[in-house]
Amino acid sequence: MIKLEHVGKTFADGTEAVKDLTMEIEKGEFCVFLGPSGCGKTTSLKMINRLIPPTTGKIYINGVDTEKLNPNELRRGIGYAIQNIGLFPHRTVGENIATVPMLLGWPKEKRRRRAEELLDLVGLPPDTFIDRYPSELSGGQQQRVGVARCLGADPPVLLMDEPFGAIDPITRSKLQDEFLKIQSKLKKTIVFVTHDINEAIKLADRIALMREGRLVQYADPATLLNSPKDEFVRDFVGADRMLKGLRLIKVKDVMQKPPLTVKVGEDPMAVKARMESENLRWAMLIDEDGRFLGWITRDDLKAGKPIREIVTPPTVTADPDTPLNEALSMMLVSALGTLAVLDERQSLIGVLSFKNIRDVFGEQWDEQQVEVGKEVQ
Amino acid sequence: MRQYLILVLLLGLLIGVTGWMTSLGKVGIFSVASPMDIVHATIQHLKIVIVAELLAIVVGITIGFLATRKAFRFISPILVGLANIGQTVPTLAFIGIAAALLGMGYTAAVVALFVYATLPIIRNTYAGILSVDPAVKEAARGMGMSNLQVTAQVELPLARPVIVAGIRTSTVINVGTAAIAGMIGAGGLGAIIMTGLAVRVMPIVIQGAAPTAALAIILDALLGGVEDWMTPRGLKVMKQVNYGK
Repeated sequence: MIKLEHVGKTFADGTEAVKDLTMEIEKGEFCVFLGPSGCGKTTSLKMINRLIPPTTGKIYINGVDTEKLNPNELRRGIGYAIQNIGLFPHRTVGENIATVPMLLGWPKEKRRRRAEELLDLVGLPPDTFIDRYPSELSGGQQQRVGVARCLGADPPVLLMDEPFGAIDPITRSKLQDEFLKIQSKLKKTIVFVTHDINEAIKLADRIALMREGRLVQYADPATLLNSPKDEFVRDFVGADRMLKGLRLIKVKDVMQKPPLTVKVGEDPMAVKARMESENLRWAMLIDEDGRFLGWITRDDLKAGKPIREIVTPPTVTADPDTPLNEALSMMLVSALGTLAVLDERQSLIGVLSFKNIRDVFGEQWDEQQVEVGKEVQ
Repeated sequence: MRQYLILVLLLGLLIGVTGWMTSLGKVGIFSVASPMDIVHATIQHLKIVIVAELLAIVVGITIGFLATRKAFRFISPILVGLANIGQTVPTLAFIGIAAALLGMGYTAAVVALFVYATLPIIRNTYAGILSVDPAVKEAARGMGMSNLQVTAQVELPLARPVIVAGIRTSTVINVGTAAIAGMIGAGGLGAIIMTGLAVRVMPIVIQGAAPTAALAIILDALLGGVEDWMTPRGLKVMKQVNYGK
């Protein structure tokens, strides 16, 4: 979809921002340019829509040499979103979103319909927002409009330069989640710049890690975390890279079946006997519809009280799509160190314990043995 | 509301005083100016102001705009510096220089007023366009606007309120400066003031001075309305929001 061949950029003052960059971004792929400030990631992004013309090399989009196109027409075909959003303060939200459609000469009715559609997509009710002005919106809302605007004329390619960089962490994480959902529907080819490794791991299909204008490693997040190519990558991803890797795995991938589920109304003594015979410390209580009510421990059963009275309700529960890093932190606050996994109807579908997570590390450790061995030589 | 009331009262007072002085007919051996004299002088005065101002708007916006372009960046500090220094020169000096170079009369007055009125417009146009958020311009270019579109659809609409404010300032100054131009024989209300001063008859001085003040107030109010009308709604909303904080 996007192909960079030996692309380089030397600015007028002699700075070599990008050196001999060759890479390819597949159709529908979410590619993140990652690196410390001044590594050339933003310059690389801006060379794709020729906001910065490359000094050397060629960039192809769908096999077409971008140099041969009128730069304005090229840019109208590529979505563009930046950290400072840059909404037009004198235009309404609807007009902002329809900027590219207007440049392309769409009729007014069609532009408005498109703006409504996109506001819906980014979670802003069109009736409330379409005729407002940017200054009436919060930072998070403005950034949503920024995302909607870059999707304006439904371009196949999106270029995004730290679009969530200037937003508070809670809103940022929410926007990232929502944007991933949108992307799973739209399947755009996205080039995204960030210096935040966690954001990169969360969003990227492939990460292009850059340093001083060069591409150091271009790989999917798991590979980057598990087999960093050199010392720089290892440092950049951080000493906690194994923990960061947990983000890539979802609870449903590693959870196990509950060892023992007990329905309300079962005889406490019979349950106790079963737990003793299977040597279980705890069991999980569900109601008639399979909804999770809480934990029962063997100690609590000793008194012989009805099960309803001795149940410990859960402090936290996970859903199947919770990433493991969040699940791990939930487990640390859960009394039993185990986590019930519930679907959207609150039905119990599994349980996650430290052992499951240790097993994940175990597998990755095995994969790493070879590499560690290499280093010793 | 209160603002308008004060405005109307003030105008009424100025026009009333003018009428009163005109009704005196004769002061000692001197006749005061007739109503027709005052009307003609006011029209002549407006003519000087409007001609000079229109020229200043065209030239001022052009220079101010060009000073913000990359190709002219190298001389923009000089241009804007000149505009700033120029404004510190007294109006009387401008008129004197113009009269010395071009001779007494209407043309010299218009030229002096034009040059002086251009300065605030250059300054405001330059500042207004430079104050447009670079992120907004980058987004505009990144979405495929041509340079012309960025200027017409983004820079100028956003700078417009500041530019109009410059035009308003320079027009009001011009009304006063045009009165001084009466000294170099350009006619207008200044000529009536000069006559009154020459013969030391204060009612005649007031016959020229009061309408001059009224003219300045009316033009200022009118251009205030234009400024408000030319300010994009999104920017007014922004003001309210910021004040609300």
